[in-house]
Amino acid sequence: MTEFWRRYRRNKGAVAGLVVLALILLVAALGPLAWPGSPWDMAGVPFQPPFSAEHPLGTDTLGRDVATGIVHGARVSLLIGFVATLAALGVGVVVGAVAGYFGGRVDDVAMRLTEFFQTIPSFVFAVVLVAIFTPGIGSIVAAIATVSWPAVARLVRGEFLTLRTREFVQASVVLGRSARHIIFVEILPNAISPIIVSGSLMVATAILVESSLSFLGLGDPNMMSWGYMIGASRSVVRLAWWCSFFPGLAILLTVLALNLVGEGLSDALNPRLSREGR
Amino acid sequence: MARLRTLVAGTAGILLASALAGETLAQAPTPARGGTMNIIISPEPPTLMLGINQTTPAAIVGGKIYESLLRYDLDLKPMPGLAKSWTVSPDGKTYTFKLQEGVKWHDGKPFTADDVVFSAKTYLTTTHPRSRPIFQRAEEISAPDPLTVVFKLKGPFAPFIMAWEPSTAPIVPKHIYEGTDFRANPANAKPIGTGPFKLKEWVRGSHIHLVRNDDYWQKGKPYLDDIYYRVLPDASARVVAMETGQTHLSAFADIETFEVPRLKAMPHLEMTTKGYEYLAQMVWLDFNLRKPPFDDRRFRQAVYHAIDRNFLRDRVWFGLGKLATGPIHSSIPHYDANVPEYPFDPKKAEALLDEMGLKRGSDGVRARVTMDQLPYGDVYVRAGEYIRQALGRVGIQVSLRSADVATWGDRVRNWDYDMTLQVLSQLGHPALGVSRLYISSNIRKGVLFSNVNGYTNPRIDELFDKAAVAADPKQSQAMYSEIQRILVGDVPVAWLLELEFPTFVDKRFRNVVTSAIGVRDGFADVYMQR
Repeated sequence: MTEFWRRYRRNKGAVAGLVVLALILLVAALGPLAWPGSPWDMAGVPFQPPFSAEHPLGTDTLGRDVATGIVHGARVSLLIGFVATLAALGVGVVVGAVAGYFGGRVDDVAMRLTEFFQTIPSFVFAVVLVAIFTPGIGSIVAAIATVSWPAVARLVRGEFLTLRTREFVQASVVLGRSARHIIFVEILPNAISPIIVSGSLMVATAILVESSLSFLGLGDPNMMSWGYMIGASRSVVRLAWWCSFFPGLAILLTVLALNLVGEGLSDALNPRLSREGR
Repeated sequence: MARLRTLVAGTAGILLASALAGETLAQAPTPARGGTMNIIISPEPPTLMLGINQTTPAAIVGGKIYESLLRYDLDLKPMPGLAKSWTVSPDGKTYTFKLQEGVKWHDGKPFTADDVVFSAKTYLTTTHPRSRPIFQRAEEISAPDPLTVVFKLKGPFAPFIMAWEPSTAPIVPKHIYEGTDFRANPANAKPIGTGPFKLKEWVRGSHIHLVRNDDYWQKGKPYLDDIYYRVLPDASARVVAMETGQTHLSAFADIETFEVPRLKAMPHLEMTTKGYEYLAQMVWLDFNLRKPPFDDRRFRQAVYHAIDRNFLRDRVWFGLGKLATGPIHSSIPHYDANVPEYPFDPKKAEALLDEMGLKRGSDGVRARVTMDQLPYGDVYVRAGEYIRQALGRVGIQVSLRSADVATWGDRVRNWDYDMTLQVLSQLGHPALGVSRLYISSNIRKGVLFSNVNGYTNPRIDELFDKAAVAADPKQSQAMYSEIQRILVGDVPVAWLLELEFPTFVDKRFRNVVTSAIGVRDGFADVYMQR
């Protein structure tokens, strides 16, 4: 662990990303205590410019406080980002592992399936899914997971294809271990590093997809999210830039931080790769 | 570069405008012939044949090509159109129209009373869903001579005089349509009307070019040489087109509400909210009365009291609207302002809810309801969000449900909703645009814009029936007043705002909005000042 941290620390950007991400998580966890009340409430006069004591980031068209919106939006964005990623990893890992381990027919069927999903432009697919099932937090998570598992499946399959020919796997087979045991106990722990790295990047992508959906008006109408805030105030951007600027900044920082952390993890988990890369 | 070009064009526009202003001072504004008007049209109309399509874009362009017997001034009083004069018999059953002389169709054939008889009796009753029930009230339609048309109705029907504008009753040429399939007739693509302008060219996705009808029956009119309708689907492109003077007229929702204050301040543009009196659009909050707690009048009254309609008008509609007082729009005949009022009063709302026994739970919630968002754009989404917060403050927790237009329509017409916003036109008379929402005979599952919320009141049914056919205007006024008092007391829906639309006109163009159908009128009188 200390070895891991030492390697991670070497990437200054990754450390900065981790700090920013920790701050954002802190805001999401504790922020609603500092900014109580609903982010939808008309808290003051509409179109108040930012940097006042009462409304540090100003108010929007209906007089809703932008700062409260960002704090509450952080919860929604991060929640959707993490849950959708976990769901996509769950499906992707199982499909990829089974395909890579068994090979042959099973592999063919699994790969044709992933290709089927990959040929549909993922964002358009997500829009269609959310539009068909009424926009809501559940349908958004499901849509993001549906469009992002194939990449994981292919990655995991590749790892499994190389790992299953190694001696320790063959030893397990000789010992008569079940396929399930070999896949999840023997091979998967050895394939975990690339999964963690791609998972951290997928959280960033999921947050962007959720923001884009909300921007288009396909967000959960009862949940304040950053994309929604930008979408709702894009029409008044000439009148009140702050309504879309601050949520945009929040998305930028979060996604950047997640990318930096992902890169740092990649360096720390694949020491050889990182040294060759530099 | 684009920015520079805009700047140059803008400067040229200002110079031109000031040059023109100088000239205006020098001479009296007499209508002059000539000039080209560029007008925004969005979305592009599917057809210009008003007999088969009555959407707003079709009515805007088609209204220059087709005419009807009458026009209506800004107070909805009838004025001559294709009919020079008209009389109504004392029993209210016989309408006699004397037609203008020397009217010709765009193909040169003379227009006669037979065309009117054919349009009302055969054509419109086949193709036009809205005017069918009106003309089916006629027992006999006849043309005693080529310039006279007589309608004998089965009984008196006062709104009959309000049906004669081009999108409700366009007069179509008998010699082209008789005996053909009306919807498939090739003339639908090359419309032949009697109006001041003729179709020259239609480039789909780009523009519709209309030219002056030199044989128009009003001698010396129209003044303009050409009208180009520019198809501009993008909202920001429309604003720029008005700002730079590329287009001279915008109407309805062409300009988004939040851009209105900026365009209003532009020196070369003039804004008016007149010309929508016939349509008279109203937005209301619809309750599904079949579902508790909406079946309790006190609940509906509480909701009405909990909504600050001034906030909706000023913050959501940017001031473009008036507070509605009841089911009838204030520009529509038989409007009565003397009804119970529902001012913004959250305390009273809470008292009504308490009285119903809906106490706040430990989480502060008295009742939970769903609201379907009206998918007509940002303004309605904001309005829904405001209403959710406003009701939340008195303990009614609203969860919003959003959908596309088709899904929303399916839910509402099949009664699968709690609460939703709705917006509709009132079409010149309560019997044409209002009664359909409240009479029990119009509770028809699967039909949008019928009595979807299921309001039933035998007294209201009776009054609407009698008021429409009363021959004496005083009698019908008394009945319509009673209707308004009963409905406002019952609150079957919460009437929120009478919508106003901004019409922007380039100041060089005069006489643009002169009637209750505004920019959908024929534009025979519009001229360009030089």
